Amino acid sequence: MTYRFGSVPEVVEALGKAEYLSDESIATVVYLAERLGKPVLVEGPAGTGKTELAKAVSRALGANLIRLQCYEGLDEAKALYEWNYKKQLLRIQAEQGREMSWEDVETNIFTEDFLLERPLLAAIRAPDPTVLLIDEIDKVDFEFEGLLLELLSDFQVTIPEMGTIVASAHPFVFLTSNNTRELSEALKRRCLYLYLDYPDIEREREIVLRRVPEVPETLADQIVRIVRSIRQLELKKAPSIAETLDWARTLVHLGISELDADAAQITLSALIKFRTDMEKVAAHLKVPPKPGLN
Amino acid sequence: MLNRFLSFARALRDAGVPVAISEDLDAMRALAHVPMEDRDTFRATLSTTMLKNEAHRPAFDTLFDLYFGTGRGPEALAEADSQLPEGSEDEYLDDLFGALLAGDGDRIRELARQAVARFGRVESERAGSPYFEYRVFRVIDMNVLLGRMMREQDPDLSPLEERLWRDEFEQRLRRFREEVQGEVRRRLAEHKGPEQVARHAVRALPEDLDFVRATRDEILQLRRSIRPLARRLATRLAMKRKHARKGRLDVRKTVRASLSTGGVPFDTRYKHRSVHKPELFLLCDISGSVAAFARFTLMFVHAFQAQFSRVRSFVFVDTLDEVTHLFEHEDFLVAVDRMNSEADVVWLDGHSDYGTSLKRFMERAGRDVGPKASVLILGDARNNYREPAAWVVKELQKAAKRVFWLNPEPKMYWDTGDSVASEYARYADGMIEVRNLRQLEEFIARVV
Repeated sequence: MTYRFGSVPEVVEALGKAEYLSDESIATVVYLAERLGKPVLVEGPAGTGKTELAKAVSRALGANLIRLQCYEGLDEAKALYEWNYKKQLLRIQAEQGREMSWEDVETNIFTEDFLLERPLLAAIRAPDPTVLLIDEIDKVDFEFEGLLLELLSDFQVTIPEMGTIVASAHPFVFLTSNNTRELSEALKRRCLYLYLDYPDIEREREIVLRRVPEVPETLADQIVRIVRSIRQLELKKAPSIAETLDWARTLVHLGISELDADAAQITLSALIKFRTDMEKVAAHLKVPPKPGLN
Repeated sequence: MLNRFLSFARALRDAGVPVAISEDLDAMRALAHVPMEDRDTFRATLSTTMLKNEAHRPAFDTLFDLYFGTGRGPEALAEADSQLPEGSEDEYLDDLFGALLAGDGDRIRELARQAVARFGRVESERAGSPYFEYRVFRVIDMNVLLGRMMREQDPDLSPLEERLWRDEFEQRLRRFREEVQGEVRRRLAEHKGPEQVARHAVRALPEDLDFVRATRDEILQLRRSIRPLARRLATRLAMKRKHARKGRLDVRKTVRASLSTGGVPFDTRYKHRSVHKPELFLLCDISGSVAAFARFTLMFVHAFQAQFSRVRSFVFVDTLDEVTHLFEHEDFLVAVDRMNSEADVVWLDGHSDYGTSLKRFMERAGRDVGPKASVLILGDARNNYREPAAWVVKELQKAAKRVFWLNPEPKMYWDTGDSVASEYARYADGMIEVRNLRQLEEFIARVV
């Protein structure tokens, strides 16, 4: 078996080329996922680059990305495969005049032509290297998790009418979760675990400089420090990396090259999306903090 | 090495972190693929295979440092300490100040190590462990350091910049404190072996924190975990509703629809089942005797109201008042403030009176409790030897779908002293000991 990534530093480099700034722990997990052939469960607050990581890995490997967006009530028919009922019915109707045995009809309507392939089946049948992204897995129900368990441990699917389909090449699997509910132990056991938190100040500055190259370095520094300060507050929605970038772009467009309290105040709406949060942040940035450690 | 790894895994399990055997094996298989001498990679490898819940990270890190950061014995420590730089306390403090001001991480770690070796040691070896964190911070006053660093800044700083610098410095000081704590533990482990230290070093996991004994920091931490819990509960209920929506095939409607396609049932129709929204009444004891629990209770109320539309909340001490409208405010602290100033919960002396409070609830809202409603009562049922009025619970149980009582006291203390737990428990659908998030979650999972 040949591996695409030779070592952990190689992963960092490959992801860097794919426009994703990783660190030691992210790269280690990606590297091990390939070596052990295990899916990766990525958890963390919204907007910390969970989905982006899967996309970056697919770019780095030159693989196809197949994405399954989860939602409440997602079932097998929408995730795995479904028989095209209406088309089957049409076929039966069309055949009605002719003499045909039951077997003929049955073999006719349960073939490839009538199969609607959904993301999971597509990922398993894909002949080329594939990255399968199962996004927001925490939104689905327990029953569906059970289905995934089978799929993720054997990488095969059984369709009663057609037989078992085994993956020719193991797809690289990422599952993301915003942690709105606890996933089952069984699912967690089968995965490697990666927690993506908000990046530390140095990494976020790197991200800002790389994605919004027009930002002067001093401004980038101020931006990420203010964002960090805001994230310490208890907000309804803390600013994500994407919002930090939005803010940086806003400032560039407005031609602001140095932030002061007023400039920050005016442009905050790029960063904060709730009115109550806005009030809190405004108060936080205006009033000099009380002395003493917290 | 293998032994150390296995005892590390056992220590994790002892601390309450669920690590399955298959995860042990995964970790070992993974280790074959990475260079073991790289400590960060080694740590990342173990954590991705054995740690599946971020809330358990502090326990993992503490134990990792204990098991894989030590092992050279007390002699090695003494030898390393003999090479400590000379110098007075003031010189050391200047050194530390410089490192903190520059934000030099490696230097800060090195100075934390020196601090423990120099100031943390207790000379009398009779004490079980010769190193103490408090002794270090008797010499090093963090607030003084912070003040000194702030004075070092330009006096004309704008408030915004001042805020940012302060955040930065506080961060560095916290880092220093963590390094000191880690070093103290590491030294203890060298003296006594990691197993001895592990048992006490790991703080309770968030789900095991006792509500009543939690410190201020821990309460804050609880508040962060409670919100997702309420959200989880809400999604769970919502999912039940969604599930119910797609019912069985509705033959009548399907046949009706098939008329437009010449009798071929092209469009299949399904029966909808109606599911009502959950109605919830929360009654919370907020008296002094359950002060710590009350804080938690209020968080619970606040989180619940944010998630459910049909919740009515009541608080009581020796009489009861409705606070639903107060807790509609998004900010928890504001809500609590308003409750303290506006809610009318003390009538006589401010000692819990469950009887009066329950009767008052009956007067004010008794009629609204219908067969779809669930009633949750949170309190320790310590009634100060007053009349319990348990008949109210009985009435509520008859009127409502379910009545549950969540009691923050350990079960063994129920019915001791002035507790009348079993009088109420008799009529409720259940009285449940809820002292930590784990128990709360179990309760929710069972009931919902």
